[in-house]
Amino acid sequence: MTNALLTIDHLQTHFFTPSGVVKAVNDISLRVREGETVCIVGESGCGKSVTAMSVLGLVAEPQGKVVGGDIRFDGVDLLQLSPLEKQQLRGNDIAMIFQEPMSSLNPVLTIGEQIMEPLWEHLLLSKKEARAKAIELISLVGIPRPEEIMNAYPHQLSGGMLQRIMIAIAISCNPRLLIADEPTTALDVTIQAQILDLLREIKETYNTAILLITHDLGVVAEMADYVVVMYAGKVIEEGPVLELFSNPRHPYTRGLLQAKPVIGQRKKRLNSIPGQVPNLIGLADSCYFHDRCESCMSVCRLKQPELKQIDDGHRVACWLYEEESGLA
Amino acid sequence: MREALVEVKQLKKYYPITGGIFGRTIGHVKAVDDVSFAIRKGEAFGLVGESGSGKSTTGRTILRLTDKTAGEVKYKGVDLHAVSKQELRRLRPSMQFIFQDPYSSLNPRLRVGDAIGEALMDHGLADKSEIRERVQEVLSLCGLAPYHIDRFPHEFSGGQRQRIGIARSIILQPEFIVADEPVSALDVSIQAQIINLFSDLQEKKELTYLFISHDLSVVEHLCTRIGVMYLGSLVEIAPRDELFARPLHPYTRALLSAVPIPDPRLKRERIVLRGDIPSPANPPKGCKFHTRCPLATDRCKEEVPVLRLADSDHQVACHLV
Repeated sequence: MTNALLTIDHLQTHFFTPSGVVKAVNDISLRVREGETVCIVGESGCGKSVTAMSVLGLVAEPQGKVVGGDIRFDGVDLLQLSPLEKQQLRGNDIAMIFQEPMSSLNPVLTIGEQIMEPLWEHLLLSKKEARAKAIELISLVGIPRPEEIMNAYPHQLSGGMLQRIMIAIAISCNPRLLIADEPTTALDVTIQAQILDLLREIKETYNTAILLITHDLGVVAEMADYVVVMYAGKVIEEGPVLELFSNPRHPYTRGLLQAKPVIGQRKKRLNSIPGQVPNLIGLADSCYFHDRCESCMSVCRLKQPELKQIDDGHRVACWLYEEESGLA
Repeated sequence: MREALVEVKQLKKYYPITGGIFGRTIGHVKAVDDVSFAIRKGEAFGLVGESGSGKSTTGRTILRLTDKTAGEVKYKGVDLHAVSKQELRRLRPSMQFIFQDPYSSLNPRLRVGDAIGEALMDHGLADKSEIRERVQEVLSLCGLAPYHIDRFPHEFSGGQRQRIGIARSIILQPEFIVADEPVSALDVSIQAQIINLFSDLQEKKELTYLFISHDLSVVEHLCTRIGVMYLGSLVEIAPRDELFARPLHPYTRALLSAVPIPDPRLKRERIVLRGDIPSPANPPKGCKFHTRCPLATDRCKEEVPVLRLADSDHQVACHLV
């Protein structure tokens, strides 16, 4: 087994709002090994993006703050780094792809300038070398006529092409970890297929580890080696992709899998999960899913279940699988 | 075969592109370019396609929310684009529209009850004393509680707001509803609730739907007949099971194979299309899909394929079928 590249331990990221403290990330732990794709899946507001932002030190202060836990990248504690050290790490070793390619590029700079920037900032290339490398990167991500694209502005390209450019920028310094936050959500399915293929190619060619954040279980099934399911700021289940899809344990994971309409498996009615995601302010000490859960027991309303190993590599936080539940 | 409720014939909707200092028209975006199809009474017709394919414009033009450029739309035999404003207004209650974004389609300063009851009052379909009762009736039909009637939109979640949007349209007892991506902005668990609501309502109220979506799995679940659009044209129309079992157009095949299936054991041969959807302001000559089609021949570059019957009830526009 290869070593963990990124280790998150008991991370807590809170946002301080006038109406109370939002525990967006509430004590989560996860690992990404070298060359592995880990998917974080969950619905909006479950804390998946905030987890990624915390890794990169991009949580907006002072409203938001990492209040506990630690994040280690290759043994280095990311939370202790100075701003300068963080800057050197971002782009060089860890790169990020955002959801909205249209709004994450600077509209007044040419594509060429934006691709070359990390090359001279991080790799200290000369202008000429950077240009050559940028052209190479653009063709690497599958865009024809790279010389012309170098002089184009973002508004002249389509969403799919812009996302390719974002990927080109992200991989320009050969990062060891790529964090992709919903990289295909804003794109059409045929373009999504192209981008997912590209990400897989990059992973195979450069052995890049990928932390992929998505709400789409279809994307998870295609990309992930290991899956982490989040709900209301907590990890509620995790496991290797095959195990998790064939043998989901947590009622929420099961519900999610059954709620999604799947082509070729039409049902008379979709199984829906009743109710909605709880407000993250002032949550009581209970299982956060209890009021939507079919198998809710009395203990679920009183105590929070811990994430516990139930099978090799498969962990779940649910009282159904704990012996203690019988006693409570 | 049941009679057609809505008949769309050679419908076109072009938007002018202006340029130069005098703002002259220098071209057209052909958002809907010669589209013909019929929606039968009681069916749920799905219109799928990628962004920019013209599916929303088609939906809006059918209900005359925007004027056509050419062609006709017949609703129960009446040409909606030819009738007078008064006549159209009289017909409005029976044809309703549900919007994609439940956050921007409700007036934030209007109580939910007023927003839902407004249309009844405007059309003079109920008097004041009746309205509150009718609103509470549709609220419960749409899975909301009677006490929600005096609340404001910001007090609701996305899924609940979409329920309000649906309640607003069905209070007028419509026969025909155009729903434009009504579940796209919702999370999976909520999306399932709303999809179920759509099918329940159809059963209870014998509604006819035009359901516009980019998500093939949602359309497969809800619709009985499906049309696939590409760059303003319909490329294939077929009953659901037929379309998913035997897609004929290369674009439909590629679209189907691109949808990720939540089953990691499944290893599929995927048709990955190269390139992007071309600009509708300057669509390719001949078959509009030829620039991305893996099977394109010289004929496809020159000659426009027409939508024709390939099998009983299965229409396709492709030279190779």
